[in-house]
Amino acid sequence: MTARARTSPVSQRSPARTSPLRRTSRPRLTARRFARNRPALLGLALLVLLFLAAYAGPLLTRWDHRTHDFLNLLSGPSAEHWFGTTQSGLDLYALTLRGLQKSLVIGLLVGVISTFLSAVVGAFAGYFGGWTDRVLMGAVDLLLVMPAFLFVAVLSPLVRGAGWPVFVVLLAAFSWMITGRVVRSVTLTLKEREYVKAAKYLGVPAPVIVFRHILPHMASLLIIEAVIQAGAAVIGESGLSYFGFGVQPPDVSLGTVIADNTNMAASYPWLFFFPAGCLVLIGVSLALVGDGLRDALDPDAAGAQARVKRRGKRGYGAVAEGRRR
Amino acid sequence: MGRYLLRRLASYLVLVAVAASLTYFLAGLSLNPRARFEGRNPPLPEAAVTRTLDDYNLNPDTPVVIRFARWAADVAHGDLGRTVDGDSVNDDFGRRVGVSARLLLLATLVGSALGVAVGAYGAIRQYRLFDRFSTLASFFVLAMPVFVIGVALKIGATALNDGTQTIKVLGEYDAQYAGRWDPAALLNRAQHMLLPALTLIIVQVALYSRYQRSTMLDVLGADFLRTARAKGLRRRTALVRHGLRTAVLPVVPLLVYNIVLLFAGATFVEKTFGWHGMGELLVDSVTGQDVNSVAAVGLFTAALVVVAGLLADLLYAALDPRVRVR
Repeated sequence: MTARARTSPVSQRSPARTSPLRRTSRPRLTARRFARNRPALLGLALLVLLFLAAYAGPLLTRWDHRTHDFLNLLSGPSAEHWFGTTQSGLDLYALTLRGLQKSLVIGLLVGVISTFLSAVVGAFAGYFGGWTDRVLMGAVDLLLVMPAFLFVAVLSPLVRGAGWPVFVVLLAAFSWMITGRVVRSVTLTLKEREYVKAAKYLGVPAPVIVFRHILPHMASLLIIEAVIQAGAAVIGESGLSYFGFGVQPPDVSLGTVIADNTNMAASYPWLFFFPAGCLVLIGVSLALVGDGLRDALDPDAAGAQARVKRRGKRGYGAVAEGRRR
Repeated sequence: MGRYLLRRLASYLVLVAVAASLTYFLAGLSLNPRARFEGRNPPLPEAAVTRTLDDYNLNPDTPVVIRFARWAADVAHGDLGRTVDGDSVNDDFGRRVGVSARLLLLATLVGSALGVAVGAYGAIRQYRLFDRFSTLASFFVLAMPVFVIGVALKIGATALNDGTQTIKVLGEYDAQYAGRWDPAALLNRAQHMLLPALTLIIVQVALYSRYQRSTMLDVLGADFLRTARAKGLRRRTALVRHGLRTAVLPVVPLLVYNIVLLFAGATFVEKTFGWHGMGELLVDSVTGQDVNSVAAVGLFTAALVVVAGLLADLLYAALDPRVRVR
């Protein structure tokens, strides 16, 4: 993270020096780097396919995720029911795609909201320092100590009627803290930069400095973090829904579909493999995209390793000095 | 160092107290223990239910502040209160911590050792077949929810069993072996432990091997390794004695952290395989409208986070000479 921060003024300076060479805009450069990365492209393609399946897939079948086919209870995959049916005759294909929609939407929303939260809290704590910092970081510590899983579980009966958007808010509220700390420490270094100081002395209001001059300079960090958080949210959502604390019926998510059918999974494996397969695909594709973005957005990813190595060496020198003393 | 730790400990104690109180208030306001007694057959008289709830300090009609004050006073004396069924939460806790410990001890030992080995070996042979395979595998495992791994193993074991009962998929032991520790009972316990332990091991190997691989890669090019080779050590000896030892350092605190937190985090494994441990209590206390148990779990997990953090700090200081110098 500091690696990005340290290089940004360089990339700002370089256009002046090498302007004929540097025609490519940064987003385009990133896209090109990303496109070179095969696994990342695969992940992106997978993600697009999943979205397509989730929203266009239901059009291909005449079954709705709520209609029971009482002539086919617990039947295996067939031409009639592509993924088979559940114990109560629900079409698993329709059910899985419906769950896929919910899981994707919840994951993406939580990723965006929690990253935004961590950016705002972290940047304000770092920029203002003092009491703001102490209060905000105290909140971070408290939320980290509190058992998030237990909290969401206990709150779930209270918000039962409110539907999945409330659940998104709950998930986001408990998943921004660590990123918030990272943002804070990056802010602490960015705050000392000349352009931030210049803006300050020009009388630019603090919130504007934070949103225009500090946060855009860690855009890459935030983008990567949002993708990772989305993946974590999908897993977290499915886990809570698995125990009945998450998405509530009549709504379904991949977690509830799996949970409703686990007790039969050993004898009727398709009940487990189709929804679980989708869940794993979301996780893998998001992880691949996140990894690819990290490589594409952070040209120092490899350099960062070298720096760690150097630090290690310095550390060793310090030990030697310590021994000499 | 000592004073710094003491100050951190003090602020952590405050945090734990606040977190536990918040959990109590939330549980006290949102859960309804009375629901547990409704719909009983034969129906219980209202007054009797109220008296029972009052006895256990669970009556939702008592203002939550008063209930909290009673609960906090008891907790200060080391009594975590009563469950909805009237059992002592302390006893229940003791039993469950034992169950969780039996499962986690073995799984973490094997999981962390294997994880470190896989990660280190992958780093030494970077981009070779083993490295690529283990990286890919851990990628998949980490993208999977734990319960998916558990249920998949369950399905696989049922297929392997093929009608026999060689691999047991539910519980800690069969009923007839309760309280026995003879060889037959131990074998039975092993049959039961196989799958949940395997689930935990898979997850931990995936996690720790990622960390170990990257710290090992950092160490591989270091001067001190070259020096070790130059003084005549064989590659293998140099890598293990100088490389691995240095590279394991940053991973150890993380290991400790995760092991301690597993006590509350093994929820999915315990629920999937029917072990009555701490993780199960985390879920069952909420579904069972069991306010005091929820509060106890909240207190327990918050305390675990703090203990894990302090332990990790201490261990790091003990292991890494660079911290000690300062």
